[in-house]
Amino acid sequence: MDLVIIGNGIAGITAARHVRKLDAGARITVISAETDHFYSRTALMYIYMGDMTYTHTKPYEDGFWKKNRIDLLRDYVERVDTDARCLHLRSGGTLRFDKLLLATGSVPRFAGWPGEDARGVQGFYSMQDLDRMEADTAGVQHAVVVGGGLIGVELAEMLHTREIGVTLLVRSDWYLPAALPEEEGRMVNDHIRARGIDLRLKTELAEVLTDDAGRVRAVRTNHGDEVGAQWVGIAIGVAPNIRFLEGSGIETDRGILVDRYMETNVPGVFAAGDCAQHRTPPPERPPLEPLWYAGREQGATAAFGITDRVRPYAPGVFFNSAKFFDLEWQVYGRLQTTLPEHERTLYWQHPTAEKAIRLNYAFAADTSGDGAAVPRLTAVNVMGIRYRHDVCTHWITEGTGIETVLQNLGAANFDPEFTPQHEADFVAQYNRQTGRSLTLKRRRGWRQRLDVLAGS
Amino acid sequence: MTTQTLDRPRAERTAQAPFPLSADRPSFDQVPTYDPSLSLTGNPAYHPSAGQKVALAAVGLAALACLAGWASGTGFSGLLMAVVVLGFGGGGVAYAWLTYGRGHAGTHNHGIMFSAQQARGHAGWLWGILLTGLYVLVYWFPQYLAGLVAVFDPISNLLGYPEGSRQWVMYGSFYTLAVATMGVRAMLKYRHVRYQRIRTASVMFCQLVFGYSLPYLLVFFGQPELYLHYFWPLDYDGLWPDTFGWMPLAALIFGAAMIFIGTPVLTYFFGKRWYCSWVCGCGGLAETAGDPYRHLSDKSLRAWRIERWMIHGVLAFIVLTTLILWANAQWGVLGPVAEGFKKWYVFFIGLMFAGVIGVGFYPVFGSRVWCRFGCPMAAILGLQQRFFSRFRITTNGSQCISCGNCSTYCEMGIDVRWYAQRGQNIVRASCVGCGVCSAVCPRGVLSLESGPLTARFGTPQNNLIEDLDILDAS
Ligand SMILES: Cc1cc2nc3c(=O)[nH]c(=O)nc-3n(C[C@H](O)[C@H](O)[C@H](O)COP(=O)(O)OP(=O)(O)OC[C@H]3O[C@@H](n4cnc5c(N)ncnc54)[C@H](O)[C@@H]3O)c2cc1C
Ligand code: SF4
Ligand code: SF4
Repeated sequence: MDLVIIGNGIAGITAARHVRKLDAGARITVISAETDHFYSRTALMYIYMGDMTYTHTKPYEDGFWKKNRIDLLRDYVERVDTDARCLHLRSGGTLRFDKLLLATGSVPRFAGWPGEDARGVQGFYSMQDLDRMEADTAGVQHAVVVGGGLIGVELAEMLHTREIGVTLLVRSDWYLPAALPEEEGRMVNDHIRARGIDLRLKTELAEVLTDDAGRVRAVRTNHGDEVGAQWVGIAIGVAPNIRFLEGSGIETDRGILVDRYMETNVPGVFAAGDCAQHRTPPPERPPLEPLWYAGREQGATAAFGITDRVRPYAPGVFFNSAKFFDLEWQVYGRLQTTLPEHERTLYWQHPTAEKAIRLNYAFAADTSGDGAAVPRLTAVNVMGIRYRHDVCTHWITEGTGIETVLQNLGAANFDPEFTPQHEADFVAQYNRQTGRSLTLKRRRGWRQRLDVLAGS
Repeated sequence: MTTQTLDRPRAERTAQAPFPLSADRPSFDQVPTYDPSLSLTGNPAYHPSAGQKVALAAVGLAALACLAGWASGTGFSGLLMAVVVLGFGGGGVAYAWLTYGRGHAGTHNHGIMFSAQQARGHAGWLWGILLTGLYVLVYWFPQYLAGLVAVFDPISNLLGYPEGSRQWVMYGSFYTLAVATMGVRAMLKYRHVRYQRIRTASVMFCQLVFGYSLPYLLVFFGQPELYLHYFWPLDYDGLWPDTFGWMPLAALIFGAAMIFIGTPVLTYFFGKRWYCSWVCGCGGLAETAGDPYRHLSDKSLRAWRIERWMIHGVLAFIVLTTLILWANAQWGVLGPVAEGFKKWYVFFIGLMFAGVIGVGFYPVFGSRVWCRFGCPMAAILGLQQRFFSRFRITTNGSQCISCGNCSTYCEMGIDVRWYAQRGQNIVRASCVGCGVCSAVCPRGVLSLESGPLTARFGTPQNNLIEDLDILDAS
């Protein structure tokens, strides 16, 4: 089998590694126009900040690919011919395939603002973007970042380390309202502001103003304010990178449409990662999942499909994490930011430190046959505290009762040793609010974790 | 502006610009995004404040005092010693405070890769050569350092240290000063993690008390100079026959009990970290003065292969040497051969490796070269940790984003990310449990823990199938 993979990101590379294990005879070629080797896109910011170099961000040594017979090709695919089953490359050649995996990732979204083509205005996604940012931010005094997402705050931090002033324009009332409830979102707002970032909420970009040389000199917001800036980062989101597929016969909507095996409408042609769109998303999942973790899982799933094995995409309980400057965030389960009728929330916040724990739970009356509705854990959200993936997922999958969770909450703690633990405070607050008298039975530790997972 | 335009990628830009092909930018490997220059730091954001400049000036003054002492030969040593200690210590602490102590706590390794001094630039090489040169002089040609040695005469006089071995007082004083000053820096740098504060305090305490004050106090009271935190085989003569001539019996029993009973028991419960990053003086220097260079360790598979041969080779060497020395002491059969073994061990391993290469090359090979490739104590602890210890670094399910911070800042050159990204626990002989991988991870993926022996490796979470083998022969 001749397998060609377009894209050497997490989705394409996970697929390549899995196919190599599943089919020792397959010929595997990975094409990318971006870099020679797989690197971790999530670490781009650390290269700019000087924490790491490009070499540090490569998860595998360069010799790994040859050793595992995965051929790498640096080129740009101009066109996919699904009838002749071949690719047309920018360098002029063509490449034949039996099976094809499209793992082409995303491109930054722009909104069509006046002046957005000015020099010094850019999105942030690729190594080339980093290169351009390095060149265009040299000597810059002030920058504007547009977008209240995870890349927006990364850009703000990056610029901050170069002592460039930052105005951050965010459309909503607090940071990341799609994922964070108000309390946590406001904690992020304060955290960002404390770093000296000029965070402007409920503010959008209206226009980019340029100088005579066609370089950005300022932006105008939707409130009519003008903010002087010599560099503008656009981080309002990403869209699947699929334009080069026009006319290929591969069905697309916002992304490349795939079934549960990550296969497109063209047999033998698969898609995975940011560029893929589920025709029928798994329960509680959106059709597009532009996340590192989803790319990894989808790439592995595609490898099974490519080697003709039946293994549908089943990503399990949702999770995510990020870091806003120095504030870490982890979430397990689908956290509803506006509570549906049958859901409740328990929220605890440290009186002084930037730490918070939230447990959401639901009265799942419909599933309990015995009448009494047991409130069951649905989601865990922690700020400035680390929680265990497997323990939280276990509770959510099992639908563990909220009071059982509370009594064992310490077992979920994953902070480094000697870190003060706050689960007892959480339970005490619950007791105060409800008049109950629960006690915390477990503290952090490996043994505690095993006990919980074993269900004892 | 309608929502419809908002949702569409901007056509022109995606069509043209994003992929400058080979001609523009052949590879990101060859061309660093930012060039470290000859300056102390190439970090474009590094503008030392007035306070930082004053602190640096104090350090510079101390360096000048060293030079002056060295050039003068002897004389006004009390004054010079005060300037050296206060300049390096006070200036260093002040600088660390101004850099890490104020403002927001958190992992801030920004600019390290732009720093010529920390990223193996010209300044790093120069500093490495200078340190190495000093080691060579201290070990083999102390007469050329007479003036510098004399700077610490106030201490040597107090102790009644004999002429001719006073360079060890100078060396010990600098060593301890470095651990103390840079220890404060490490505590400030990692102050957001309590594990780091406690652990650093522990290595500083052990060096200040067991590595400096206590031995000199013993000397002051006319007792033998004992270092209670070093045991055979790291303190190689700790169990050699000659030791019986001068070491108090209690100290010998303590040393033997520590290596044969204390070490396995403690390592079983806590991993080798109880020693390597909490107690040991070599580890203490690495964790404090060596911290700015921790990322320079070699992460390649090749280095790992070399490591396993070398460190176990050294262990075999010291065991053999000790056995031969004892056989010789008992039966006197091996005569010169035994002496030869001893001489070569002391020269190559004790001095060249542990000292000259181990510390002199900090700015080139990183801070734990000796601990990783050469230390026989680490070899023993490592075998115990790998095969019989409750210690492991737990990986938090699937949360790893493969960013590489953990591997980059692992001073032992362990490719932590390899395990973390496949969702598997890290059980490695060389891990000294410094905890920095856990501290720098931006996604809360790693935690140092002890638990039952069973299942401590864990099963990979993120690979639907067993991954390609990391050590597959090529
Ligand atoms: C700065 C940044 C930070 C992020 N941080 C996080 C995070 O913390 N957590 C998280 O979950 N997610 C994060 N993400 C999102 C995550 O990185 C992506 O979801 C993931 O990398 C997508 O992987 P992929 O394999 O689908 O595609 P990509 O990694 O985008 O790989 C696609 C590759 O294909 C190449 N390509 C595309 N078209 C062609 C063509 N026609 N010919 C040749 N090559 C082509 C592209 O150049 C690219 O190299 C972040 C993203 C960015 C940009
Ligand atoms: S693996 Fe982590 S704890 Fe162990 S030596 Fe490396 S950085 Fe330190
Ligand atoms: S474990 Fe943490 S630091 Fe290491 S690669 Fe994964 S996310 Fe990055």
